[in-house]
Amino acid sequence: MTVAIDRATGKRRGDRAPRPGLGQRVRNGFQKYWYAYAMIAPVVVVLGVLVGYPLVRGFYLTLTDANSLNSARTIGVNHIDATYKFIGLDNYRDILFGPTAYDRFWSHFLWTVFWTVACVALHYGIGLGLALMLNQKLRGRTVYRLLLVLPWAVPTFVTVFSWRIMLADSGVLNQILGSLHLPQPEWLEDTFWQRFSAIMVNTWCGVPFMMLSLLGGLQSIDSSLYEAAEMDGASAWQRFRHVTLPGLRSVSSTVVLLGIIWTFNQFVIIFLLFGKNSAPDAQILVTWAYQLGFGQQPRDFAQSAAYGVLLLSILTVFTSFYFRWLKRNDQLAV
Amino acid sequence: MSTTTLDKTETAPAPAAAPRSRVRRRGERGAAGAALLHGGLAVASLIALAPVAWLFYLSLGPDKEDYLHPADIAGKFSFSNYSFVLEHTGFLDWFKSTMIVALGTTLIGVFVAATTGYAVSRMRFPGYKQLMWVLLLTQAFPIAILIVPMYEIFSELGLIDTYWALIIINCSTAVPYSAWLLKGYFDTIPFEIDEAGRVDGLSPFGTFFRLILPLARPGLAVAAFYNFITAVGEVAFATTFLLDDSKYTFAVGLQTFVSEHDAQWNYMAATAVLIAIPVTVFFYLVQKNLVTGLTAGGTKG
Repeated sequence: MTVAIDRATGKRRGDRAPRPGLGQRVRNGFQKYWYAYAMIAPVVVVLGVLVGYPLVRGFYLTLTDANSLNSARTIGVNHIDATYKFIGLDNYRDILFGPTAYDRFWSHFLWTVFWTVACVALHYGIGLGLALMLNQKLRGRTVYRLLLVLPWAVPTFVTVFSWRIMLADSGVLNQILGSLHLPQPEWLEDTFWQRFSAIMVNTWCGVPFMMLSLLGGLQSIDSSLYEAAEMDGASAWQRFRHVTLPGLRSVSSTVVLLGIIWTFNQFVIIFLLFGKNSAPDAQILVTWAYQLGFGQQPRDFAQSAAYGVLLLSILTVFTSFYFRWLKRNDQLAV
Repeated sequence: MSTTTLDKTETAPAPAAAPRSRVRRRGERGAAGAALLHGGLAVASLIALAPVAWLFYLSLGPDKEDYLHPADIAGKFSFSNYSFVLEHTGFLDWFKSTMIVALGTTLIGVFVAATTGYAVSRMRFPGYKQLMWVLLLTQAFPIAILIVPMYEIFSELGLIDTYWALIIINCSTAVPYSAWLLKGYFDTIPFEIDEAGRVDGLSPFGTFFRLILPLARPGLAVAAFYNFITAVGEVAFATTFLLDDSKYTFAVGLQTFVSEHDAQWNYMAATAVLIAIPVTVFFYLVQKNLVTGLTAGGTKG
């Protein structure tokens, strides 16, 4: 990754001439890199306006007591000015340590962590298993692949509704269980089963992405490595352990990180599976924050945004540790 | 040394071959292995297919309560739900909105992601590392923190209840990953091509548009698909920002069948099937490129 020659412009970087003044450097830098900056400008502008500004603004909101009753709004022709006031870090204090903080934040936090770990482990495990099977020489491989990516091809909100019908009290799943004389859990009412079905549906939705990514990784492993291992008398397990897994390392480190981030922030599945205002115990932090901000009256914008900031900090801290860990093990794919 | 090994190989074959009667060649497996593989894949495919197939089955039942007695549907297949949905609901409006939003996102998003991906793939500039970090971390941004300020921004700009708001938002969520993906793909295109273009007098932009983009078609297809499906599947912003029910996208429109008082599952199922068709078609058009496009960057290491 450390290339001394800029590949597009062919210019050499890192000349150690005497260091020019700041103005000169800015001008030189602009001349040297303006192609690059022109090309990334749209993304930087869009992200700056649509992510950067809301982020700053959202962070400011967390320091106030804004809700839908005291924010600026227009009713008919009357414009009402915002009356919320600055209250410092009170929102954070209240969320993390206030009364009933366990019920409001920590229980959701623990469940979110469990949800993320369980889902990503299942995605990865099942995805890897299926990718290994699809990577074999096999008749009908294409057909299997087409069928297996279906959960990804059909929009999530469609499939989640389908699951909702199937999991309903008298839905088909319970009818099948009933005809087999097995217990029929209340999938969408009981807390444990709500969590169970949320993980199940998310696993169903998330496996194809992992499977395809890992399949790509498997196909890029040099087959001569397997031949060499076989010559040395490696068993199937040893080949898997010492050729396949190391070969997948860089793909895995990327998709696992993406999987963790996406699952942690997975909004659609829980939001649509349980509908509005039900299943308070199965809400992960994202959906819970949305409930606070948009799912209740009065809408509590400040606390909702404070949850957002907390979520983002958790993920940022996690990601930087993850990168440090990868760097130490020299597995960075980026 | 060489003679001893030769001796060994000449005397040893009998015990080595003993455990298996016939030496299998690479990639071959016994009947049991093949059956196991087919069995595993068939079960997995069935699980993958079941919810979608079930939805289709339910959509054929004409009555509202049919989903409770699915066995009865087999006797009275009809497409009446479909004709109802097409004629008496906002389906066509929703279809139009969804297509505007999704195709808009795809066009703008892919273009922007491609230029960014190319820049970070081929050039090293001050701020490179920070940009890569931002691209990764924007995916970690929870909607909870963005949605309120975005709502404020868009209402000040007068963009609430317009398609532009959704297109721009979807771009901002889909572009970072697409750029990441395309960077990986551009990395696999040899730099000599750029150099040849430069030698022949093309500007960096010319190189990008005339040489690299045509070569990166598989990667672009994957990015396009990702943008498209992100835009079609986006629920939270569409639910919050679209007010006029003729502008609903599918994700919002579908929710209108299920309210607290009344659930019209039969119409919902029919609508869901109708929605799934165009998306699935688009998916299968690009799926050939999917495997290579997805991992091109990751595998390089």
